[in-house]
Amino acid sequence: MSENKGLRRRSFLQITVLASVITAIPASVKAFYQQVKKIIIPPAQTLPLTISINKKKYNITADTRTTLLDLLRENLQLTGTKKGCDYGQCGACTVHVNGERVLSCLTLPAMVAGKEVTTIEGLTTNGKLHPMQEAFIECDGFQCGYCTPGQIMSAVACVQEGHTHTVAEIKEFMSGNLCRCGAYNGIVESIQKVAAQ
Amino acid sequence: MKPFTYIKPESLGKALTVKKSSTQYIAGGTNLVDLMKKQITQPDAVEDISQLLSDDIKLESKGILIGAMAKNSAVAVNKNILTNFPLVSKALLAGASPQIRNMASIGGNLLQRTRCPYFYDVTLNCNKRTPGTGCSAIKGENRMSAIVGYSNHCVAVHPSDLCVALAALDASVSIINKNQKKEVIAFKSFHRLPDEHPEKDNHLPEDALIASVQIPNNPFSKNYAYIKLRDRDSYAFALVSVAAALHLNKNIIQEARLASGGVAHKPWRWTEAESFLKGKSATVENFVKAADIIATGLKPLSGNGFKVQLLKGAVETALQKCLTP
Repeated sequence: MSENKGLRRRSFLQITVLASVITAIPASVKAFYQQVKKIIIPPAQTLPLTISINKKKYNITADTRTTLLDLLRENLQLTGTKKGCDYGQCGACTVHVNGERVLSCLTLPAMVAGKEVTTIEGLTTNGKLHPMQEAFIECDGFQCGYCTPGQIMSAVACVQEGHTHTVAEIKEFMSGNLCRCGAYNGIVESIQKVAAQ
Repeated sequence: MKPFTYIKPESLGKALTVKKSSTQYIAGGTNLVDLMKKQITQPDAVEDISQLLSDDIKLESKGILIGAMAKNSAVAVNKNILTNFPLVSKALLAGASPQIRNMASIGGNLLQRTRCPYFYDVTLNCNKRTPGTGCSAIKGENRMSAIVGYSNHCVAVHPSDLCVALAALDASVSIINKNQKKEVIAFKSFHRLPDEHPEKDNHLPEDALIASVQIPNNPFSKNYAYIKLRDRDSYAFALVSVAAALHLNKNIIQEARLASGGVAHKPWRWTEAESFLKGKSATVENFVKAADIIATGLKPLSGNGFKVQLLKGAVETALQKCLTP
């Protein structure tokens, strides 16, 4: 019997054992990880929601931790509303609830059930821009545009509330919306323009 | 954020019964949602009480009653508040942004937590957030911290503007305790000093709810002022703030009220300066003297000595502004 110069029986067995151990590790590690995860990370809790956005009813089940902002952007693909700081400091996520401006990043959607939410997508009528949107374009009320949906929602409310008598009053009542590009002068002009209409 | 159950109790009684120490009430959410995102507060469940408490603002024979769920913005523009308690409106409008004022409740305003940067950073030590870990602010970045009434355990300040006006006007807080009994707490004893337990901000009993805030009738609707000094002109917490109110007969001060925010763990009343002003004529000299009395009792920390001068100026300005509101 001639000596097999290639694979010997012993090394064949060794390789087979090694290979099966290596393939088994990920599966057991994954199972172990899942078990640990169950103990350490508490499971998500969900909640059925009925919510009216831009006059359209939505029935949706979401994680209780989902803020109105995340619900709009991630669950309903209404990405006009922007996430800036996510801590109520910048105003980029401003929407209207029953006509009043609020911060969607600090709102739990369950708490606006039965109320009407209006986002930047709901400002247009039959494809026609809202006068405030027109004014922002005409007065250069933005540069990069990221804070703009929040600025516009806030500006519309500012005019409705009647806080447009002086530039100082407009600035005070728009102070909850930050603009890193510094388009503030254009924003104030836009508001003056709409307030005068 | 830690997963939590959302509960909407159908009655106030139910809300109080199901409340556990591991659950949190939610009203406006402007502070709680923030604290939950930063993992400073991690409740197992959140109890929505926004539909259970009154948001009425009622003028009564003894004064005005503001329901705990009344929104800050609604109180600020309320006709009776503007006519009889305009200082309250001034203070409210100095706080937060229009969006937040539309969301935030009056009860929640009283219960908001400090904005001390060490309280907000969970990687650093803070006795208010995790008792016994030590106060990082005493020897750290403390330009926003207290200059009076603090302890070795905590130098945080109470962030509310409304509460400064309520302290000045001797308000009271009606609460409903766990056993559904009503109690009234004088505003001056509602918030507490840090002492050895800075984790407690106030004397609201465990699991109790604020039902309303009352402000008694007063003669301060003509000569009042709220001065707030901060790092930017609007939408920032106070470095120091002063609520001042004078009851004048011709030029003689019958009664004075002075309170400050941004200086202590609770809205701070300057009673010594108030008694000094009583019976004196309303002159700049007397206002300066009152500010001096206030400044002598202050103990600034390593990084906030500037607050002493700032406060003196704010007191003088507020008192002068009372004469031409």
